[in-house]
Amino acid sequence: MNMNVITEWIVLLFILSGTALSLFSSIGLLRLPDVYTRSHASTKTTTIGLISILAGGFAFFLFEDGVISVRLILAIIFVFLTAPVAGHLTARSAHRAGVQLADISVKDELREDLEKHRKEMGGKEAAESKETQS
Amino acid sequence: MFHNLLYMAMFLLSVSTLVALYRLIKGATASDRILALDAMSYNIIGIVTILSIALNTQNYLDVILLIGILAFLGTVALCKYVERGVVIEHERDN
Repeated sequence: MNMNVITEWIVLLFILSGTALSLFSSIGLLRLPDVYTRSHASTKTTTIGLISILAGGFAFFLFEDGVISVRLILAIIFVFLTAPVAGHLTARSAHRAGVQLADISVKDELREDLEKHRKEMGGKEAAESKETQS
Repeated sequence: MFHNLLYMAMFLLSVSTLVALYRLIKGATASDRILALDAMSYNIIGIVTILSIALNTQNYLDVILLIGILAFLGTVALCKYVERGVVIEHERDN
């Protein structure tokens, strides 16, 4: 290999830090008690870890072959855009489907806000239907 | 040295994939399973990237984009199924 040792270590730094982050997120996925806390562990750490691994691959192909890999840039942008959206969607659908929080959690502010909003909307709709009936 | 550390990173990523597979099988609710499927696909993307570095080829980089797009679309469809009970709605609002 005609690759410099320094560039090897740069690539390894990216890849090993990304691997460590993915491993931590899997520990969080295993140990945390709840869907919401698991989504907190999984999405954040997996996103940054995967972007770090992909950046390591980009650096490898840049230093080794002298090629700027457009597919890896596209993959980094795509993962950076879509992984937080996927985590948000998972937690939102879980809360709307009525998945309970863990027993040790203290407060569910979204449910209070939703109930207040539903009460206001229900009052408005009832008033409107009374008006249309009269 | 370089290749040994790459293979060690692949091993650790596969361990993390197995942990996500445990959560996929055991998971208490359907949302846990969606989350575990998402984490599994991201770990597999990382494994493919490290494999293409270790084999010094660029031919596997299409797989990264393909698995990423499929994982995102699957997550969106499954979340919509969990939330509303259907994936494609036929009724209009009015």
